[in-house]
Amino acid sequence: MLEMFTYPFILRAFVVGTLVSLCSALLGVNLVLKRYSMIGDGLSHVAFSAMAVATVMNWAPLWVAIPVVIAASYVLLRLGANDRLSGDSAIALLSTGALAVGIFIISMKSGINTDINNYMFGSVLAISRSDVTLSVVLSLAVLALYVLFYNKIFAVTFDEPFAKATGVRADFYNMLIAVLTAVTIVLGMRMIGALLISSLIIFPAMSSMRVFKCFRNVVICSAAISVVCFLAGLIISYECSTPTGASVVLINIAVFAVFCAVAFFRGRIALNGADSDK
Amino acid sequence: MKTLIRCKDVTLGYENMTVLEHVSFELNEGDYLCVVGENGAGKSTLIKCLAGLKRPSEGQIEFSPTISRSDVGYLPQQTAIQRDFPASVREVVMSGCLNHSRLIPFYTKADRQRAAAHMEELGITDLAGRSYRELSGGQQQRVLLARALCASEKLLMLDEPVTGLDPIVTSEIYGIIREVNRKYGMTVIMVSHDVRTAVRSANKILHLKHTVQFFGSTEEYLASSTGREFLGGQRENA
Ligand SMILES: Nc1ncnc2c1ncn2[C@@H]1O[C@H](COP(=O)(O)OP(=O)(O)OP(=O)(O)O)[C@@H](O)[C@H]1O
Ligand SMILES: [Mg+2]
Repeated sequence: MLEMFTYPFILRAFVVGTLVSLCSALLGVNLVLKRYSMIGDGLSHVAFSAMAVATVMNWAPLWVAIPVVIAASYVLLRLGANDRLSGDSAIALLSTGALAVGIFIISMKSGINTDINNYMFGSVLAISRSDVTLSVVLSLAVLALYVLFYNKIFAVTFDEPFAKATGVRADFYNMLIAVLTAVTIVLGMRMIGALLISSLIIFPAMSSMRVFKCFRNVVICSAAISVVCFLAGLIISYECSTPTGASVVLINIAVFAVFCAVAFFRGRIALNGADSDK
Repeated sequence: MKTLIRCKDVTLGYENMTVLEHVSFELNEGDYLCVVGENGAGKSTLIKCLAGLKRPSEGQIEFSPTISRSDVGYLPQQTAIQRDFPASVREVVMSGCLNHSRLIPFYTKADRQRAAAHMEELGITDLAGRSYRELSGGQQQRVLLARALCASEKLLMLDEPVTGLDPIVTSEIYGIIREVNRKYGMTVIMVSHDVRTAVRSANKILHLKHTVQFFGSTEEYLASSTGREFLGGQRENA
């Protein structure tokens, strides 16, 4: 099994994937709690169309996608904040709209079906040598900013009006969450796929929220789940030559089921304990 | 006595509906203002505006330069907190301390002591490790009050802080608020339907009904026709 890491492309996928899984799990807790579970979906479709434009124009995909997705992410969080357009319909509009634009543009140039395929379903081969440095630097930056502003991000997610009233710059931290999310999505989508990347945000957070009840433990557990699932998925995809993204998501589903079962049985034990007390 | 807040001819509303008009009043440092009025009179709207969550559609609200947003403690009437949010009581109370540690992103020892002291004060120390979402309504209210106390040193804005609390805890909480006002000279703005208790601790009353019905000291309020009517009405209902 270890010999798989002698392949440079697997090694690259391993490094970048682990970091991206960490970022997405941490941010995922906040996004799920802010009712923005599907933001990953919307943003990855925007990233898809940005990368399509970049492919057609022969620009570097990451450099085009990151600023575009940051802008889209900010607009989405803003739109959700005022009540005229609800968050989920805003995401749906953006996500399908961007997908259509992307497919339209990419089909103008024939013979790039493999590109569509890679962007949609992800590929371990997607991380080129030149991308590795940028990906590692960016995801380390996301992690560092998250840890540094952890308390403020908690406060803004838990109760934004209170944070605002007491002088925490809530808009700044919302913007920060938007930027960090955008970067994470762009880095992750090429490996996991535009269609599947939002599961990396949702599953670890949902699993750990079944079992843990304090925010810090939820965050730590979801980071651990995410990294373990990614590694397991990567190994499976190597051994059985299945797509990496789908393998990772399947493992995440299994973990979610296990955590649901744990929560269920813990509830039963608590109930029985209460009964026998009487 | 220095003026802390000055409201000048403020108009407030939602979309194109006006809720309050021509609201003017002044508060000094160390005042205890009680905002009273019927349901829907616009009390919460005014508090939201003072807390900086809403802009007045006309008029100005001026704060003295001695006070900044980070000196404000706030307890909203209804919180936007999601029912399934995983957070321990300690985490919630600590989050009130955030506006003090401006340069350091993490909590300091002083923050921890401050949070512990306020949890003790409100009798929630033994709940510290519990999950916020699993507490009763009254316990949650006490947690949020502890958080508000952590946040402020100068100004406390409370929107119906005792709703859903039992009579013993209610009078304890009124006692705590009175103490921070008298002992530490903290300015308090409180919305309350319990006018008679409020009248006992507050030194100023603001009675709202689409506009200011009355603003002045408690003694004047008790003597005024507005006050007598409102208090009388309450007595009949009781
Ligand atoms: N978000 C909102 N959008 C539109 N109208 C609102 C909103 N919140 C309050 N209102 C309206 O503003 C008016 C004043 O509401 P407010 O909540 O300030 O009353 P209140 O004095 O706090 O009442 P209560 O004693 O019930 O708490 C009401 O008529 C209400 O319908
Ligand atoms: Mg109200």
